[in-house]
Formats: sequence, structure tokens, C-alpha cells
Amino acid sequence: MNRVAVIDYGMGNLHSVAKAIEHVGENLQVCVTADEKTIMDAHRIIFPGVGAMRDCMGEIKRLGIDDMLRRLVEDRPVFGICVGMQALLEHSEENNGIDCIGLIKGNVKRFPENMSNEQGERLKVPHMGWNEVTQTSTHPMWSGIADGSRFYFVHSYYVVPESADEIVGESSYPETFTAALAAPNVFAVQFHPEKSQTAGLQLYKNFLSWDGGC
Amino acid sequence: MTLAKRIIPCLDCENGRVVKGVKFLDIRDAGDPVEVAKRYCDQGADEITFLDITASHEGRETTIDTVKAIAGQVFIPLTVGGGIRTLQDIREMLNAGADKVAINTSAVTNPDFVKQASEKFGSQCIVVAIDAKKVSAEDEPDKWEIFTHGGRNPTGLDAVEWAKQMVAFGAGEILLTSMDRDGTKDGFDLKLNRAISEAVTVPVIASGGVGNLQHLVEGITEGKADAVLAASIFHFGEYSIPEAKKYMAGKGIVVRE
Repeated sequence: MNRVAVIDYGMGNLHSVAKAIEHVGENLQVCVTADEKTIMDAHRIIFPGVGAMRDCMGEIKRLGIDDMLRRLVEDRPVFGICVGMQALLEHSEENNGIDCIGLIKGNVKRFPENMSNEQGERLKVPHMGWNEVTQTSTHPMWSGIADGSRFYFVHSYYVVPESADEIVGESSYPETFTAALAAPNVFAVQFHPEKSQTAGLQLYKNFLSWDGGC
Repeated sequence: MTLAKRIIPCLDCENGRVVKGVKFLDIRDAGDPVEVAKRYCDQGADEITFLDITASHEGRETTIDTVKAIAGQVFIPLTVGGGIRTLQDIREMLNAGADKVAINTSAVTNPDFVKQASEKFGSQCIVVAIDAKKVSAEDEPDKWEIFTHGGRNPTGLDAVEWAKQMVAFGAGEILLTSMDRDGTKDGFDLKLNRAISEAVTVPVIASGGVGNLQHLVEGITEGKADAVLAASIFHFGEYSIPEAKKYMAGKGIVVRE
């Protein structure tokens, strides 16, 4: 039995995450939970998130999820999604500056105002919709996913890890930004795999067999 | 690497069935919403919008069950609208599996509701639906007004100003329907769409009036929409999603293959 905990700290709809994992897995138990024992007993951890960073970090700290994650990444795979990815960094510009968990060195920045593409068209923020993700390095989590596949994004902030070695996927809007990063036992993406149809479901499928290595 | 323009089939649902009317009248049955949503997803739709036009309490229960069923099988974004009046309504829809909710009449009657909703659930899941109708004469500068209750009630609100206010209140996206064009198959109101798209910082979905694939292209190139929404051209088999995408790609629009 593969036990997966989807960490629930009250931010957003996690049912779609749980349903997507159930859709691709066998002999599986998926719990959407904030309970420490359930989380610490799971083999694999999904750390999602939506909404404002101040509220997210407030709940993460109140529930002790930051401490749990520091212990979890020592011995099992953790998959960060969207604001869950951003929260893994050290600091975010959002809400006039918020300290985050700091498992990955680096910061979270906002897309600038008044961006435009090569054709001179104004680019809206949030960056919302399907964008291509270039796999900048090989990783077991990319298995079976074509390089350049489109994933569904909805975000106004993006991560800037201190070490470029941790970047495994990039997208652009219009400048290149980090769409996926990896560290031992950590894989994190800015987009929503549970909303990214075939490619997204494959990513969850890969996570269910990933051993945490790069 | 470029962000793709989105094609969003819209399911207008009443008492658990997909229906489609012309100018909000003349309802035709278009199938089971779960089957329809799954078919569109398999065909490559970029999102699904589900608008509940049921008024009764029993109908609401059916809607929640339908949203749950769709969300269990469709792994692309799902927006649910119709009768969203309270934070509890939003929570119920998100818990049922919606990714975004569309707020229409309640935004007009209580604009602060949009602010509360975006603060509570995040702007990314708050879509404000705007139904606008042209109120200027031919020889006057263009002016559009907001209408509620399926286009029956004028509000006196200027559509462009209203859109800006809704974004300031936290709307993460605008779903813009032209009441003049809805169901007519004459194409989007491109001037309306462009005026609003250029006035706001968030993505705008063009809606109302699609009759052929060129209309989808014009919505993006001339209406400056970030996404195009259509119902009847897909429901009754006139065009498929892949046909629409192929046509748009042929006109130089970036779409998800």
C-alpha cells in the first residue's frame, strides 16, 4: 500500500489533487490532511497551495507544517505545487514581504507590471493558462512527458532559486522563469498538474514511483 | 514558449441537463453534463465553464453532484457559475471540485462580496461575469451598460468602469458576455471586448455570439481576448474543438495542440 498525504492547511480545493492521484494510482491510499501523525506515516507527500502567501505561511506555521516538512524531506519524496512550491523558498515579495519555509535557497518574485510580448501585445497578470515547459535537465519525474509539453498555470509570483542546478523546468512570460525545481526528495512545480490533463496526470503517476533521487 | 489562447466550451445547465437557448430563451437539450464535459476534455478543450441556470433549491443539490462528477473525470480547469451569492456557496463549489467560481448578479448587488471572496479564496478562483449591452446610439461614442437577471435588469453601471472596479476588488479574470450577441451567431461584440480587455490587467474571456470559427479568431485578434468561450457551435456538432484549434493555429494564434 502506497500512502500519500496531501497536506491540507485550509488553502484552496485539494480534492482535484487527490482525485488526480487516485485516477493514476493503484493500491493507494490518499489522505487530504493536516494531522501530523497521518502526514508522518505517509510514504509520499504532496504540498499544494493557492491564495496569498501571508495567509498560507500563517497556517503553515500555526499547524507546524514547516517543521514537519523539514523532517519529511530527509527520508521521503515531497511534491510541491504552485504556492506550495513557493513556500519552500526562503522569502516571498508577496504581501510586502513574507518569510517562507526555507528548504530551498532563493526567493519568490512578482511578474512586473506592463509586460509585453515580441508582438508588442500586453501580457496580463496573473499568468493564466497553458504554457510550454522546457525540461532543462533530465529527471525521473519527467519520464514519459514530452519536452515542451504544455501545463496549466495560474500565478502572479514565481520562484528564483539561488542555485541554477535546482532548476529542472523553465517556461517564459515573456522572460524565462522557473517552472519546476528539484532537490534530494523534493520536486516542485509552479503549474497545476491536476489541471494539466495527460501530461499532468503522468507527473503524478511518476511521483508515485519516484525514489526521491535526481 | 508562449502562453496559448484558451478555448472554453460552456455548459449551460438546468436541472442536471446541458441546455442552450437563444438570447436566454428557447431552450434546447444538449445532453448529460458529465458526458459532454468529458468529451470536450478528451477533444482538447482548455477549460470547462459550467453555468447553472437552475433556480430551485433541489436544482442546486443536483448541480453540486454534477460538479463533483465532472471534477472526478475531467483534469482541466473547471469554472462554475450561476447563483453564487455567499462565501458558503463558493466554498461548496470549490469543495465539489470547481477551480473557479463565476460571480455575476451578486457582484452588482453587493460589490464587496467580490472583495471578501477574493480575500478569502484568492483572486485566482474568482471570475466576475459581466453581462453587457450596448446603450449608445450609432452616432454616439460607444457605451455599454451592465445588465443582470439574464439581461432583463439594467443597472446604470458603465461596463468598462465596472470591469476596472471588479479587478480592483480582486477579480482574477473577467467573463464578458455581450447580451446583444448572445445566441445570435453574429460573432462577439469585438469593440466591447477590446475596450474591457485594454482597460483591465487580468485575463478576459470573450463570450456571446460565436457562430463560426472565424469569430473565435476575431475575438482574440481584434477583441484582444485571452480566451474564447462558446456553447452551441460545439454542442450541436457544427464544429469540434480540434477543428477550432486547427483553424485558429492556421491564423497564427498560439493554441494548445
